[in-house]
Amino acid sequence: MAQPLLSVRNLSTRFRTERGTVRAVDGVSFDVAAGETLAIVGESGSGKSVTALSILRLIPDPPGKIEEGEILFDGQDLLKLDDVGIRAIRGNRIAMIFQEPMSSLNPALTVGMQVGEPVNLHRKSSWAKALDKAAELLGKVRIPDGRSRLNSYPHQYSGGMRQRVMIAMALACQPQLIIADEPTTALDVTVQAQILALLKELTREANSAMILITHDLGVVARYADRVVVMYGGRIIETASARELYKSPRHPYTLGLMASVPRLDGDTERPLVPIDGQPPDLATLPPGCAFAPRCRQATDRCRSERPPLVESAPHHFSACFFHDRLAA
Amino acid sequence: MQAYIIRRLLALVPTLFFASLIVFVTVRMIPGDVIDLMLSQNDIAAAKLGREQLEKALGLDQPMWIQYWRWVGAILFHGDFGNSLWQNTPVREHLLARLPVTFELGLMALIVGLSVAIPIGVYSAVRQDTPGDYVARSFSILMLAVPSFWLGTMVMVFPSIWWGWSPPIQFVPFAKDPIGNLSQMIIPSIILGCALSAITMRLTRTMMLEVLRQDFIRTAWAKGLGEKLIVARHALRNALIPVVTLIGLQAPLLIGGAVIMEQIFVIPGMGLLLLDAVSQRDYPVITGVFLVVGVAVMFINLLVDLSYGLLDPKVRYR
Repeated sequence: MAQPLLSVRNLSTRFRTERGTVRAVDGVSFDVAAGETLAIVGESGSGKSVTALSILRLIPDPPGKIEEGEILFDGQDLLKLDDVGIRAIRGNRIAMIFQEPMSSLNPALTVGMQVGEPVNLHRKSSWAKALDKAAELLGKVRIPDGRSRLNSYPHQYSGGMRQRVMIAMALACQPQLIIADEPTTALDVTVQAQILALLKELTREANSAMILITHDLGVVARYADRVVVMYGGRIIETASARELYKSPRHPYTLGLMASVPRLDGDTERPLVPIDGQPPDLATLPPGCAFAPRCRQATDRCRSERPPLVESAPHHFSACFFHDRLAA
Repeated sequence: MQAYIIRRLLALVPTLFFASLIVFVTVRMIPGDVIDLMLSQNDIAAAKLGREQLEKALGLDQPMWIQYWRWVGAILFHGDFGNSLWQNTPVREHLLARLPVTFELGLMALIVGLSVAIPIGVYSAVRQDTPGDYVARSFSILMLAVPSFWLGTMVMVFPSIWWGWSPPIQFVPFAKDPIGNLSQMIIPSIILGCALSAITMRLTRTMMLEVLRQDFIRTAWAKGLGEKLIVARHALRNALIPVVTLIGLQAPLLIGGAVIMEQIFVIPGMGLLLLDAVSQRDYPVITGVFLVVGVAVMFINLLVDLSYGLLDPKVRYR
């Protein structure tokens, strides 16, 4: 197999808080191949956003710190780059789209300037050329009349339009990897599908890889090639999207699926919520982080942490009973 | 925009009416009476003018509302602020002579204040909790705690004791000798400016910290921008909006401070004029100065409101 575009190895990011050190991300490893879409799924506080921010080293320090691991991008460890080095990657070869289009755009700068900025910065284009490019990008994300909209400000746009602007900004330098951190969570349901379809189409067109962070398994099924499921700062299951849907091998993934409404299945079947609360990362139990909420948990689950093992070809699960679950 | 300015100017009319009424009435309510003062002066007593004659000559025998309408009418229709009760010279000439001096002092203090406050405030926020931040914050508290009249007096007194040097007190107008004038104005401007900068600096720092935590700053980092561009292009403009408001609110403070500085550094501005007028109960001069100051403060605040439009694209003047 060819060298992956991005290879995260044993990443651990911690936050120092008044209540002690929180392991937001604890020993996470995964690969992203060129052109592939990888979904990272999990509840709030599962560590998925911190993982994404760690890749571009955007964790505020203090209180956060990437304690160990490697993030190999095109064979280069991003964690070893100096300040200038990482800045040359950000927005240029790896771009990021954030969750809140309302607050992620600068209210005091024109849309054209914000979209053209990466071009001006990384391609060293003049502002006139950067703005030309910005107009072209706005057309690409289907904002009608892009040229005349260059001089408008974010507050004149709707939420969906702003997220289109964010996408245009991310695409500006044709990055090899786009990290989209819950890009549709803050949007209306009707707009969500449009934005995701647009994102998928444009990344495919540019042959960019994408890490799609979401808590919505429905999104995963439609747009992702592979899935990483995170819980309590760790990966608990990873497989191809198809495989994961067909035979999930972790009780948490099963629980997530049971809690998502499906229009193609039995609509009479009641939704089953997962009992309990997401774990408190400051006081994780010694065993499996999901054990307190797991119906099948045994004494072993509560005292010993199950390792991530290959349960089926290319399908990894961190549950002692992964074989039984598949059956 | 034009309609907005016109409406704002029209709104000044009632404000000015009430301001002038308050100024006119309260000045006459100050304990002590100009007639008593005049009668105690030897030359007038020698002229054997009685109280009634004096009051009649000065127009003070009329009911207060008639005095008020005469005063306002003269200003509105003739631009005449009346005559000084003591020198019998037009108040307008006093004002015209003194206004530019105070304006110069105020403007210089404002420039000094902002050019101290904004860079230090920004630095302090960007380097939060470093020794530099602590020094800047201590300086701010010090400037807030030390009254400018005390600092002014110290600057007047100690250099002359130590080095036999003191700030020049023979005033030279700017038009005559710009360098001499500026070298004279710079010390009171710095003292006044530092006093003003204390609060402005704190607010700039707080607002910068607030803005630097915003999501769009993270977006800017994710684009690969360096710290300087992020601060200058993405953060500063958003942080300055409340700072501009503060500058407007500080305008009266600036004028009040100028009055004190003029007294200490013997600068013949409106402050000195006002101080003399109050001690002599020279009503037309006092009301004239107050009116000009009031109008100035109102215009500064109008300018502040207009400048929001430059900083904040959400502000549209309709």
